[in-house]
Amino acid sequence: MSALKHERQNPAFYALLIALVVMAIGPIYLMLATSLKLNVDIMSDGSSLFFMPTLRNYETALCDFLWYEPEHIRRCDPTFGRALTNSLIIGLVSTAITLIIGTMAAYALVRFRFMGRDVVSIWTLMMRMVPPAVLLVPVFGIWTFQFGLDGTRGGIILVYVALNLPFVIWILQSFIVQVPIQLEEAARMDGAGPFQVFFLVVLPLIKPGIAAASIFTFRVAWNEFLLANALADRNSRTVPVTIVNSLTEFDIDWGVIMATGMLLAIPPIIFTFVASRQIITGMTAGAVKG
Amino acid sequence: MTIARANRMTPYLFLAPAGAVLAVALFYPICYMIYASFLDWNPSQRIGEADWVGLRNYTKLFSDAAFRESMWVTIKFAGVVVTLEMLLGVGLAMLLDRNIRGMSVLRTLFILPMMIAPIVVGLMWRYMYHPTVGIFNKTLKSWGFDTIPWLSDGSWAFTSIIIADVWQWTPFIFILSLAALQSLPTSAIEASKIDGASGWQQIIYIKLPLMLPVLIVTLLLRLIDSFKVLEVILVMTNGGPGLSTEIMSIRINRTASEFRELGEAAAMSNLLLIVLLILTFAMFIYNKTLEVRAARMRAAEDAV
Repeated sequence: MSALKHERQNPAFYALLIALVVMAIGPIYLMLATSLKLNVDIMSDGSSLFFMPTLRNYETALCDFLWYEPEHIRRCDPTFGRALTNSLIIGLVSTAITLIIGTMAAYALVRFRFMGRDVVSIWTLMMRMVPPAVLLVPVFGIWTFQFGLDGTRGGIILVYVALNLPFVIWILQSFIVQVPIQLEEAARMDGAGPFQVFFLVVLPLIKPGIAAASIFTFRVAWNEFLLANALADRNSRTVPVTIVNSLTEFDIDWGVIMATGMLLAIPPIIFTFVASRQIITGMTAGAVKG
Repeated sequence: MTIARANRMTPYLFLAPAGAVLAVALFYPICYMIYASFLDWNPSQRIGEADWVGLRNYTKLFSDAAFRESMWVTIKFAGVVVTLEMLLGVGLAMLLDRNIRGMSVLRTLFILPMMIAPIVVGLMWRYMYHPTVGIFNKTLKSWGFDTIPWLSDGSWAFTSIIIADVWQWTPFIFILSLAALQSLPTSAIEASKIDGASGWQQIIYIKLPLMLPVLIVTLLLRLIDSFKVLEVILVMTNGGPGLSTEIMSIRINRTASEFRELGEAAAMSNLLLIVLLILTFAMFIYNKTLEVRAARMRAAEDAV
């Protein structure tokens, strides 16, 4: 019996598998379907399986970016478009900053070993446990009264960088440990300075680690609500904040709100399909292998 | 001389930016929060203008019935959710630990609920629980049953947030325990098969005990995370109806933004942090003892 051969299972087993898959992605499918429906279809009592898909809700949400004017919109509400821009800028910038300073710190901790790996993993663990809700009060107070950063994208980026750094440093350490030190020594022999060694030798070798870390970082920055809500003003609101704000109104426009939710969900879904292996490694790191 | 000095300085140069950011945006805020929990402070005041009230925020919290209720809801929520997810996740891992095609696709689909924004998860469930347009009540109605007040009745609302959380996080436990199962030594399982152990006996006497270390760490990780849940519940119920689903993070958020009592919110944050700190330390110490024991076993083997 070869290990590659797949065993035949009984039909009940496949039924269970299908049920699990339906349960796992059913809600996501429902959101997608609702975002493609007209409000008449959403409210109707009839079967929800058959309807005419329409992109109207997406047009309403993204009206700011469209090159044409959809005839069903009376007045374009730029809130969501602005939030999308903010989310993208905040997500990308904070990911870039976190990765640059995170890799440098991880490299220093591994190569120059003046602090034990243990100390770092304790700190990472402790920081992983700090809930954003706990940072709410101090971050609001400090950013408003001491740094004067409230209501700016810079302020939000700073929080996200700090929130993500411990995890990024921790995960990158495990990749840097695997870079053979001989390579670095050879480069140094040839006259490269420490910064050259880092940027030209080490960085290209740990690309997979950087990819995994950037997915996690971007996802946190992209999805976070609480701190962004406390810090942002009208012009720096991110997508999660606008979604929650539009929910508090009495009459919810489900079609449009599902479209915005879908737009918020798309980047993480793409990452999941592109890099599920790295994501699972990142998730299981620390539990399966400490 | 200068080169040697430059080399000695390099690690600090590499660490400096990360250290600076962490100091300014993480350690300082946490220290600040501990200080603020002793103040009577509202959001329109600078912190210098707030009055020092000593332990009053804490004593007020413990005599506050609403806070005790929210503490109880948090513990109940974490306990129920983690138990259900462990049972389901480990059970599914046992069932699906077979050599089947498409396992990686399945795992990919399973991590989707954890990857998309908690806000969106809350949104999806709020829509599904909707009294008239939601799929649950629509289905119930078309089958001729009474509709259920998913989010508008206290105990149903609590059940509803548990269902949503189980949907979102069972895959986490499933993936971790599947990884643990597949890294078990095959020799032990083969040996038990030869000795005639049934499937159940294998699970109870061989697999579960061998997986136990990973399971305990998984449990603690999930427990820590379950105290951090906020957005999903915020979107679905915002703590209501009444206080039935108001877990601690939501209470902190409301105390800070609705009641404008920053000192009290800070005191609550502190208490939450202490609970989490204890859990984290438990996990760390458990990990350490495991490592020590493994090292001792290896040493014993070498000696033989």
